Amino acid sequence: MQFKELIVQETNNICEQLSSYEDRHTSFKELFLTKDTINFGPIKLLDRASIAMRTVILFLTVLTIYFFSTLDYQSIDVLKGFTDTFVNFKTMLLNPYAQRFTLGEAFYNVVVTLGLAFLTTLIGGIVALLLGLLAAQNLAPKQVTNLIKGFVAIIRAVPTILWVLIFAVAAGLGSAAAIIGMSFHSISYLTKAYSESFEDLDRSVIEALMASGANWWQIVFQAVIPSSVTYLLSWTFLRFEINFANAVAMGAAAGAGGIGFDLFMAGGFYFDLREVGFITYLIIAIAIVLEVFSTNIKGKLQKSI
Amino acid sequence: MRDDIFTKRRNGNLVFFLALLILSVGSIIITEYDVIKGFTSITKAVIWGGSNFYPDAESLRILPEIFPKLQETVLMSIAATTVAAVLALVLSLAGSQTTRINRIFSIVSRGIASLFRNIPIVAWAMVLMISFSQSPLTGYLAIFFGSLGFLTRAFMETIDEVGNNSIEALQATGASYFHIIFQAVLPASMPQMISWLLYMIETNIRDATLVGVLTGTGIGFSFDLYYKRFDYHAASLVVLLIVITVIVIELVSNNVRRVIL
Repeated sequence: MQFKELIVQETNNICEQLSSYEDRHTSFKELFLTKDTINFGPIKLLDRASIAMRTVILFLTVLTIYFFSTLDYQSIDVLKGFTDTFVNFKTMLLNPYAQRFTLGEAFYNVVVTLGLAFLTTLIGGIVALLLGLLAAQNLAPKQVTNLIKGFVAIIRAVPTILWVLIFAVAAGLGSAAAIIGMSFHSISYLTKAYSESFEDLDRSVIEALMASGANWWQIVFQAVIPSSVTYLLSWTFLRFEINFANAVAMGAAAGAGGIGFDLFMAGGFYFDLREVGFITYLIIAIAIVLEVFSTNIKGKLQKSI
Repeated sequence: MRDDIFTKRRNGNLVFFLALLILSVGSIIITEYDVIKGFTSITKAVIWGGSNFYPDAESLRILPEIFPKLQETVLMSIAATTVAAVLALVLSLAGSQTTRINRIFSIVSRGIASLFRNIPIVAWAMVLMISFSQSPLTGYLAIFFGSLGFLTRAFMETIDEVGNNSIEALQATGASYFHIIFQAVLPASMPQMISWLLYMIETNIRDATLVGVLTGTGIGFSFDLYYKRFDYHAASLVVLLIVITVIVIELVSNNVRRVIL
C-alpha cells in the first residue's frame, strides 16, 4: 500500500516538474498514468545522465574560472611569455641541432631508455600475470579479487615519479630505483587489463575443464592463457609504449639515465633549445616506430588466431 | 598432424622466450641494472619505509603549507584539462572522418594532435620554464599541451564510433553543418567524451606532480623540497595527501561514469 502511494506521489512530482516544460500539463498527466507506452520526449530534458553531464561541465567550468581568477601571476608578463614560448618552440622544432653529443651517443642513450622500458614492462608483466589471475572474477574468490583490485588502485594513486624517488632512498638514484619504481604502475595497469581479458573467457570452458578434473593451474595454462594471449600481448605492447615515455621522464626527473637525462640537461641546465628540439625529434621518431610496430604485431596476432 | 601442431607451438614458444631472454640480458647490460640490488632494494625499501616513511605528529605542522599547493595543483590540472578539452573538441570535429569540412583541415588537425601527443611532457616543461619560470602557468601549459594531443585523438575516435547513420539522416532532411554537429554528433558522443575528460584529469594530477618536480611548482615541488631535506615524515604526508586526492577523484568520476554511460 505504502509503496503504491509512494509511486503515485513520485509520478505527481515528476509531472509537476514536467509542467514547467509542457503546457499541456493535465493531458500529459493522464497519458502518463493510464498508458503503458508513452512518448518520453520531454522527459529527456530531466533524465539523470544529462543532469549529471551538465553538472560535471558546470563544475569544471566554475573550477577553471576560479583557477584563472586566483592565479598568482608573480609579475610575469603573460603576453611576453607566450610570444617567447612561441619563438622558443619555433627554434626547437625548426633548428634542431646537437652539439654536446654525436648521433651515435644519442642513439646509445635511446637504447638505454628502451632497455629501461623493456625491463619495466617485463617485471610488470610477470607480476601482473599472477595478480591478474587472482583478480579475475571467474578464476578467484570474490574476497581475493576485491583485495587485489583495492591494492592495485592504491598503487596507481601514487605518481610514478614518487615511487621512483621513494625507491631511490633504498637503492640509490639510478636504473635500479627507476625500474623498480616504474614497475609499480605497470603492474597496476597490466593487472587491470589482464584480469579483464581473463574475464572475457566463456564460463563454460572453465566448467568443462573443472568437470574433467583439471586443477586450477591446468585450467589457467591450457584454457585461460592460450585463449587470451592476443589481448595480453597487445596490452603489454601498449604498456611498453607508455613505459618508454615514462622512462624518458624518469631519466629527466630521477636521474635514471638515457635520453631523458640528456633532455633534462639540454633544457634545464644548458638552456639549449636546439638540442631539446633534436632530442624531441628523436623521441617522436622512436614513439612512431613503436606505434607502427605494435599495430603490425596486433594485426599479425589477430590473423594467426 | 596433431604432433605437428604441438611441435610448432612448442617451437614458437621457445623462440618467443629465447627472444625475451636475449632482450632482457641486453637491457640489463646496457642500463647497468643490478638485478640483485634491484630486488633486494624492495625489501630494503619496505623496511626503511616502515621505520621512516610515515607521517608523524610533527610533520602535521606543514599541513597549512601543503594544502594551498595541493589545491593549486588539482585546480591547475582541472583547468588545463577542461580548456584542452574545449580546443580538442574543435580539433576533433575538424579532424574526424565523419564531421570534417575538408581534407586539408583534417590532415592539419590530425597532425597537430599527433605532434602534441608525442612531444614528451619533459620537453614541454623545459621549454615553458624558460619563458614562464616557476609560476603555475608553466605547469598549466605543460599539462595543457600534453592533454590536447591525447584528448583530440580520443575525441576523434569517439566521433568516428558514433557513426554515419544519424548524420546521413539529418543531411537528408537538409540540416546545416552546425545543426548536424549540435543535434546529432555532440549529444551522441558527449558521455564518452566526458568519460575521457575525467580520465584525463586523474592522469594529469599525477603528471602535474612530475612537472612540479621538474619545474619547481605545486605539490611536486613540496615533495621534492621535503625529500631533499631528508624530512621523510613530511614527504610521506605529501604522498598520502596525493593518494587521497587521486582516489577521491577516481571514485567521483567512476560514479559519474556509471550514471552517464
